Amino acid sequence: MAARYGVPDRLRRGLGPFAATDDDPRGGVEFTVLLRIARLTLRYPWQVLIAVGTTVIAAFFQLMIPQFLGDAVDHAHGFLAGGAEADARAALLTAAGFLLGASALRGLFTMLHNYFGDSVGHCIANRLRMDFYRQLQRLSFSFFDRVHTGELIARGMLDLEGVRMFFNTALVRLVLLATLIGTGSYLLISADLVLGLLSLSFVPFVAWRSSVARLKLRWMWLLLQDRMAMLTQVMEENLGGIRVVRAFAAQPHEMRKFDESSLKALALAYDRVGIRVRNTTVMTFAYFVAMGLVLWVGGLRVIGGEITVGTLAEFLAFMTILQMPVRQLGMMVNAFARASICGGRFFEVLDLEPRVRDRPGAEELVIRNGVLRFEDVDFAFTEDDGAHKALSGISFEARPGQTIGIVGPPGSGKSTIAHLIPRFYDVTGGRITIDGHDIRAVTLASLRRAVGVVQQDSFLFTASIENNVAYGDPWAVDERIARANRDAQLHEYVGRLPMGYQTLVGERGVSLSGGQRQRLSIARSIMLEPAILVFDDSTAAIDAATEQRIRASIKDLAAKRVTIVISHRLSSLMHADEILFIEEGRIVERGRHDELIAAGGRYKDLYDLQILPGEDTGIRFADAGGDKPTEGA
Amino acid sequence: MASLDATKTAPAPGERPPRAVVGSQISHFEEEMFGRAFDGRVIRRFLTFLRPHRAAMAVAIACVLVFTATQVSIPLLIRSAIDHALLGESQDSALLHVLALGFAAVIAVNYAANFGQEMIVGRIAERVLIALRRGMFEHLQHVSLSFMDRTEVGRLMSRLQGDVNAMQEFLETSVFAIGDFVLLVGIVVVLLILDFDLGLLTLSVVPVLLVVRIVWLPRAREAFLRARETNSIANGALAESIHGVRTVQGMIRERVNYDLYDDLAGNNLRAHLRATKFAQVMVPIVDLLTGSAMAIVVVVGGAMVLDDALDLGVMVAFLFYVQRFFDPIRSLTMQYRVMQRAMASGHRAFEVMDVPLEVDDKPDAVSLETREGSIEFRDVTFGYVPGQPVLKNVSFRVAPGETVALVGPTGSGKTSTISLVHRFYEIWDGQVIVSGHDVRDVTQASLGHMVSMVLQEPFLFTGTVFENIRYSTTQATREDVERAARAVGAHDFIVKLADGYETELDQRGGNLSLGQRQLVSFARAIVADAPILVLDEATANIDSYSEMLIQNALATLLKGRTGMVIAHRLATVRNADRIIVLQDGEIIETGTHTELLARGGLYAHLYSLNYASFDDIPDALIRKAASQAAIAT
Ligand SMILES: Nc1ncnc2c1ncn2[C@@H]1O[C@H](COP(=O)(O)OP(=O)(O)OP(=O)(O)O)[C@@H](O)[C@H]1O
Ligand SMILES: Nc1ncnc2c1ncn2[C@@H]1O[C@H](COP(=O)(O)OP(=O)(O)OP(=O)(O)O)[C@@H](O)[C@H]1O
Ligand SMILES: [Mg+2]
Ligand SMILES: [Mg+2]
Repeated sequence: MAARYGVPDRLRRGLGPFAATDDDPRGGVEFTVLLRIARLTLRYPWQVLIAVGTTVIAAFFQLMIPQFLGDAVDHAHGFLAGGAEADARAALLTAAGFLLGASALRGLFTMLHNYFGDSVGHCIANRLRMDFYRQLQRLSFSFFDRVHTGELIARGMLDLEGVRMFFNTALVRLVLLATLIGTGSYLLISADLVLGLLSLSFVPFVAWRSSVARLKLRWMWLLLQDRMAMLTQVMEENLGGIRVVRAFAAQPHEMRKFDESSLKALALAYDRVGIRVRNTTVMTFAYFVAMGLVLWVGGLRVIGGEITVGTLAEFLAFMTILQMPVRQLGMMVNAFARASICGGRFFEVLDLEPRVRDRPGAEELVIRNGVLRFEDVDFAFTEDDGAHKALSGISFEARPGQTIGIVGPPGSGKSTIAHLIPRFYDVTGGRITIDGHDIRAVTLASLRRAVGVVQQDSFLFTASIENNVAYGDPWAVDERIARANRDAQLHEYVGRLPMGYQTLVGERGVSLSGGQRQRLSIARSIMLEPAILVFDDSTAAIDAATEQRIRASIKDLAAKRVTIVISHRLSSLMHADEILFIEEGRIVERGRHDELIAAGGRYKDLYDLQILPGEDTGIRFADAGGDKPTEGA
Repeated sequence: MASLDATKTAPAPGERPPRAVVGSQISHFEEEMFGRAFDGRVIRRFLTFLRPHRAAMAVAIACVLVFTATQVSIPLLIRSAIDHALLGESQDSALLHVLALGFAAVIAVNYAANFGQEMIVGRIAERVLIALRRGMFEHLQHVSLSFMDRTEVGRLMSRLQGDVNAMQEFLETSVFAIGDFVLLVGIVVVLLILDFDLGLLTLSVVPVLLVVRIVWLPRAREAFLRARETNSIANGALAESIHGVRTVQGMIRERVNYDLYDDLAGNNLRAHLRATKFAQVMVPIVDLLTGSAMAIVVVVGGAMVLDDALDLGVMVAFLFYVQRFFDPIRSLTMQYRVMQRAMASGHRAFEVMDVPLEVDDKPDAVSLETREGSIEFRDVTFGYVPGQPVLKNVSFRVAPGETVALVGPTGSGKTSTISLVHRFYEIWDGQVIVSGHDVRDVTQASLGHMVSMVLQEPFLFTGTVFENIRYSTTQATREDVERAARAVGAHDFIVKLADGYETELDQRGGNLSLGQRQLVSFARAIVADAPILVLDEATANIDSYSEMLIQNALATLLKGRTGMVIAHRLATVRNADRIIVLQDGEIIETGTHTELLARGGLYAHLYSLNYASFDDIPDALIRKAASQAAIAT
C-alpha cells in the first residue's frame, strides 16, 4: 500500500511517535492505540458492564428464536406424522408465546446495549474533546507555526468521531458477534456435529478476509484523512483569502487547485469503495455458500432420517440470524481500522509536551519594581540551524516609567524580541529577567499577566466589540472597558455605531478598518494594565494624530510601567529612553534620539527620509515635536 | 499594581464571566442569511447531480432488482426443498440435488448483483459528492464580498466538509436502503401470493408500526436536530480557539475558555444522549412486532397446517420472510437518523449554491481589452450598512499613466474607495468607471486583469514563496518572479531562507515577518503585470529606508502604469502626481503637490508644518483646514 500510493513525507514525519513507515501506517502502534481507547472506556465501568452484559443477553435471546421456530415446525410436522392434535395446538401456542417473549426481550436488551454502548462513546468523546481543547490551549507557538489549523480542526472533529465510534461499532459489536457465533456454534455442534460445522464453515474465511482488509483500510484511512486535510486547506485558504482571489481574478486558478486535490481524494475514495465492496460481497457469498451446504447436506440427512425437518429449519433460522451481523462485519472491521488511525492522530496531539511550559516548582512572578532585562539573548526558530539565528546578543534594561524604542528593517527580529518576553518562545541563549527572576523560573500565567503584547497582526474574535475589549478580563466593570476604549481613541467611533459596544466585528474584524482593528487590540491590552507593555508596530495603520492622542492618554499608565514600542514611524519612538536599531537580529545602533542623530548612522538616514521631504523648509521635526507630550521621562 | 486588583471583582468558583463567550456569536444570523432564497426541493436538486450518471444508475438499479429477487427466492428454494424433496410421500434426493444446484446458481447471481450494486452506487456516490462540493465551492467564488464579510469561513467549511460528508454516509448506505425497500415490497408480494389470508394477517402488525412512528417522528427529529446543532456550536468554538490561540495564550484566557467550552461540550453530550435514546427506543418496538408476527404465523399458520390448509414448507417460508421482513424495517429505522441528517445537510449544501450573486457579470458584459488604465469616480455614494454611508459623493479621475495618492485619517474610507475600483461591492449611487467602462458593464475577470492590488492585510497561501509571488499569473517565469522580488527588495531575504524561493510558507505566511509578508504580496501584485496598480498601505510595516529603495526600483518598472497609493506617511505619497485628501468619506482637497501648496489649504499647512506624516497634525488644525476648504469651494 505504501508503495502504491506514495506516502507523503508529511505523514512519515508525523507529529510524534506515530509516523508512518513502509510497513505500517502508524509505526506499528495499532494495538497500543486500540488498547488506550479500550482503557478509556473503563472510566465508565458501570455503563461498559451494562453494555456488554446486555449485548450478551440480547444475543442469547436472539439465539433462542431459531429453537422456538424449530420447535413450532416440529410440532406442526409431528402432527402430520400422526401426533395428537390437541397436544400439537397447545405446543404451538407455547412456542408462539416463547417466540414473542424472546423477541421482545431481545429488543429490550438490544436497546439497552446500543444505548449504553453509544453513551460510553459519547462520554469518552466528551472527555477527549475537553482534553484536546486544554492541550491546544497549552501547546506553544512553535507548534502552531508548524501545524496547519485545518489539520488540527480535522483531528479535533473527524478523528474524534473515529475514536467515539470504536466502543459501540467495534468492541461491542465484536462481543455480539463472538457471542452469537460462539454460543451458536456450541448449540449447533452439540445438536448435530456435521451440520454445525457446515453452518460455521464461513467463519474462518470471513475472519481471514477481515484481517487482510483491516491493514488495507488502515492505510486508506490514513491517506484519506491526509488528502481530505489538503482539500480542506485549499478551500479554507481560498475563503480566508477571498479578497486576494478576487483582486487577482484568480478564480480559475483556485478551481484548478481545488480540482487537483479533489481528484486525488476521489481516486483514493474509489479504492476505498473497491476494498469495502470486494470485502463485504465476498463475505456475504461465503455465508450463502455455507447456507447452501447446510440445506443440501441437511436435506440428505432428513431424507436419511437422521434429523428432523425441524432441526434443519432451526439450523437455517440460525443462519438467517447471522445474515445481518455478517453484513455488518465489514463495518466492524472498518471501525477497528478507523479507530486505530484516528486514535493515533488524536493521541499524537494529546501526548505532545509543550516546548514552553512551567518548570516544576515554578513560582508566581510578583512584580516589585518591574525591571525588565535582556541579557545577551540569542534565539533561533529551528534548533537545527543555529547558524541562522533570528536574534543574537540582545541586551538591554528597562525600568518602570521607561520606554524602549525598537526600529529596523523587515525581518530584522523586532517582533521576535516582543515574543520572547511573555515566553511565546524560549530563548536559546542568554536570559531574560524581570526584577532579577529568570522568566523561565516563574509560572507562565503570572508572567503573561505581567506582560501585555499588542501583536503586530492582531486577532479579533467574531464577537461584539465589548467582548473583544474585555477579552483578557471578562469580569471587568464597564468603566474599565470604556476607559480603555477612550484611551485607545475608539470610544468615540463606537459611540457613533447604532449598536455601540454590542456591534459584532465580523470574522477577524473584517467590518472594521485597518486602524480601527489596531485600536481595538490596543484597547484590550491596555485595559489589563500589565507591568510591561509592548506595542509591536501596532499603530502602522493609525494616523499619527490619533496615535499621538493615544500616547497622551496612556501617559499615566506608562509612567508606572515598562513600555516597549516597535515602530517604523520615528515620531513614535523619538521620546524613548533608549532606541535600539536592529538589523539581522543584532543591535547595530543604540542610544537616545539626539545621540543617534548626532552619530549619523542608519537611524539618521531613516530620520532624514521621514523628516526632510527633499526640499528645505527650514523647520526641523524636533521643533514641531515640541508641543507633544513626552512620556516616560 | 495594587490598583489592578482593586477594580477586579473576584469571581466565585464555577461562575461564568459576564462578557465572555467562546465560538462565534453570529449563529442565529445564519438561517436568516441563507434561508431566504432556498427553494426546499432537496431531492429534486439532488437528482440533477445524478443525471450525468444515468446509464450507470440504470445498471445499478437492475442489479438491485436482481439482488432483491435472489434474496426473496432463497426462502422459496428452502420451501421447495422442504415441501417437495423432504416431506411428502416420496422423499426425493434427486430433486434435492437439483435444488441445491439451483441454490448455488442463485447465490452466484446474488454475489454478482451485490457486487455490481455496491460498487456502482459507491462510486457514483463519491462522484456526486465531489460534484456537489465543487458546485458549492465554485459558487462561493462568485458570491459578493458583502456576503463573505458576514459569513465565517468556519461555517462555510462546515457546509463544504461536514455536510457533504454527512451525505456521504447516506449515499454509501443508500443502496442498502433502496434494496431494503424493494425487498420489503418483494416480501409483501410473495407473502400474499403464498397464502393470502395468512399473509394479510401477518402484515396486520404493520399499521401499528406506522402509528408508533407518527408519534415518534417529530420528537426524534427535534432531538436529532438539537444534537447536530450543539455539535456544530462546539466545533465552531474549537475552531475559533485554534485560530486565535496566540491571543488566547497572550491574554491567559485558557481557564475561562475551558470552562465556557465545557458548558458547550456538556450541552452537546446531553443532546447526543437524548438523541440516542430516541434512536434506540424504536428497537424493542420493532422487535416486539416481529415477535408478534412470528407468533401469528406459528399459531394461525400452525393451525392451518394442522387443518391441512397449509403446507408446512409455506409456514417455514413465512417464518423466514417475517424475520427478513423486519430486517429492512429495522435498518430503515437505523438509517432514519442518517437519512434525516443527509436531508438537512443537503438543504444546507443547496443553500450555499442558492446564495444570490449580488455582484455578477451582466449577460452582455464586455471584456476590458485595453492596456490603458484610467479610473474615474462620479458622485459615488457607498456604505456597508444601509443608512450609514461610508463614502459620500466622491468624484475624482485618475488619468492613464498618472499616480494618485489617497490620504486621510483612519476609518475615512480609503480602503473602501479602492475596493470599489475592483467592484468588490456594489455602490449605492453614482458610477465607477475603469478604462472608459462602467465596472458594472465589464466582466469581472477582465477587470481583475486590469487592476492589481496590494491589500492592506497581506494574505499569503500555504505553498512556496515562488508559488505565492507567481500566484495566478501562471505564465510568469522564474525571471519575472525574481525581478519583481528584487524591485520590492524581497529578493535578498528570500535567498537567505532555508530553500530560497522554494521555501514552504506556513499558514498565512507565518514563518515570515509581517513586513516580509507585505513585500511578498507586493511582488505578487507586480508580477500580475496589470495596467493599474493599487497599493493600500503597501509599505506601512516597512521602514522608510527600504521603502525608498522600493520606490526607486519601481519607478522604472511601473513607468506608463496608472497607480493609486494609500499611505499615512507623507514621504510615501509626496512623489504622486496628485493627492486626494479624504475625511469622513468626503474629498476635502485634491490637486498636485505643487497645486496644493500654492492653494494654501490643508495640504500646504501640513507640508509647511513638515510633520513626519499627514496625521501628525492636531485635530484643531484638521478642522480649520476643512472649513477653509469648504469656504474655498
Ligand atoms: N466590510 C465592512 N463592513 C462594514 N463596515 C465596514 C467594512 N469595511 C469597513 N467598514 C467601515 O467603513 C469605514 C471606512 O473603512 P475603510 O476601511 O475604508 O477605512 P480606511 O480609510 O481604509 O481606514 P484605515 O486607514 O484605518 O485603514 C470604517 O468606519 C469601517 O468601520
Ligand atoms: N514562525 C517563524 N518560523 C521561522 N522563522 C520565522 C518565524 N517568524 C519569523 N521568522 C523569521 O525570523 C526573522 C525575524 O522575524 P520578525 O518577525 O522578528 O521580524 P520583524 O523585525 O518583526 O519584521 P517586521 O518589521 O517585518 O515585522 C525573519 O527573518 C523571519 O523570516
Ligand atoms: Mg514584526
Ligand atoms: Mg484601510
